[in-house]
Amino acid sequence: MAKVHVTTSVNGEEREVLCEPHQSLLDVLRDELGMTGTKEGCATGDCGACSVLIDGRLVCSCLMLGVEAEGVDITTIEGIANGSELHVLQRKFLEHAALQCGICTPGFIVAAKALLDTNPDPDETTIRYWLAGNLCRCTGYDKIVRAVQDAAQELAYEA
Amino acid sequence: MGAYAYARPTSVEEAVSVLASAAEAGQRTQMLAGGTDVLVQMRSVDRDPRTLVDVKHIAETNRVEIGSDEVFVGAAVPSGVLNENEELKAIFPGLIESADLIGSTQIQGRASIGGNLCNSSPAGDTIPAIIAAGGVCVIAGPSGTREVACEDFLTGVGTNVLGDTEFLLGMRFPRPPARSGDAYLRFIPRTEMDIAVAGAGVALHLDADGNCVHARVAIGAVAPTALLVPAAGEALVGTQVDDAALAAAGAACSAAASPITDKRGTVEYRIKVVGVLCRRAGAIARDRALGN
Ligand code: FES
Ligand code: FES
Repeated sequence: MAKVHVTTSVNGEEREVLCEPHQSLLDVLRDELGMTGTKEGCATGDCGACSVLIDGRLVCSCLMLGVEAEGVDITTIEGIANGSELHVLQRKFLEHAALQCGICTPGFIVAAKALLDTNPDPDETTIRYWLAGNLCRCTGYDKIVRAVQDAAQELAYEA
Repeated sequence: MGAYAYARPTSVEEAVSVLASAAEAGQRTQMLAGGTDVLVQMRSVDRDPRTLVDVKHIAETNRVEIGSDEVFVGAAVPSGVLNENEELKAIFPGLIESADLIGSTQIQGRASIGGNLCNSSPAGDTIPAIIAAGGVCVIAGPSGTREVACEDFLTGVGTNVLGDTEFLLGMRFPRPPARSGDAYLRFIPRTEMDIAVAGAGVALHLDADGNCVHARVAIGAVAPTALLVPAAGEALVGTQVDDAALAAAGAACSAAASPITDKRGTVEYRIKVVGVLCRRAGAIARDRALGN
């Protein structure tokens, strides 16, 4: 089967990769590029564990093909921290114990970052609706929402 | 059986020629917009290899054009993008609401109303809203474009009028005059992200005295395809869209419904609920037209 050559940018770095035409972006990230921070929960668009940003817009990487990534800017969980310095969302998730098994966490962090990038001061309802596409079977969501609220507050102080 | 392939045409002509040569070679093609239905189907109910034709790199399918008498929405514009367009939201609040009901933030970053229409599910939430708003499908094919009213586009569960060498460019809507409003409501057992048990879309215009001069009502998830219900629109025209008129429109919707019983609801339940949704959506559309 003819593989397709794709040039894309992942976390600001240009990457070239050969994809099967029907391979999901999630599989390309994990299996071809070795970036396993992005998780697979369902592969049907229901759980949000595979969330990434494409040109700044939040999407499920399991519902996008690798070949569709030609020429776009992808941000994955690996691009959220600044080197060894955690992003405030990552710190707040730790402080609030907003994770247990952690499979959902990369997706929540990427999704929450997309929210705070466009809306720095979301209320609780907005946060809950925005994150409704991210499922967590462990935490009961409350700690996640608190962590995002706290991160928003800290970002507001910094600004 | 062939292999999967991917094509990324950048013009309508190129897309049509990809479709035509595949048809000639007896190869299967599949149009790809946001992919939120297609990718799931490729991994479950329909694994046959085919050529995926990505329509997201064609100017026409990405266009949102708001003219003085007409609005055009390209088939591949993601609902997240539509939802951020304040002007469009002010013109067709009901249509945008229907798109906003489908899926999570992540899904709305890719899914399009054109894709919802082409997927042609009986329960597609945007379809009754598109029909109510008077949407006309603009279809590209080998001999140019043709137009089909949205209510005539669907032919059955998952099927539509598109031929092998055709694809949907977008939808044209007449721009509603002053004192117009539209609304879409669906019923689901939870508050978010579920498939409609029943849905109803209403679009109407009022005159200066608040009398309804034009109304279109469409229903979803209660028949093999979404349906325009002319009798429901007629029940509203010439009235102040008061409770009696809304009740008559709701009764017309219930009468037009021919639902099935499945895990989401029974025949009796869906027939009742679709009438209720029509009444409520009609009242919202009226209040929007009155500017309340
Ligand atoms: S793995 Fe993509 S949404 Fe679950
Ligand atoms: S921490 Fe386990 S699923 Fe969220």
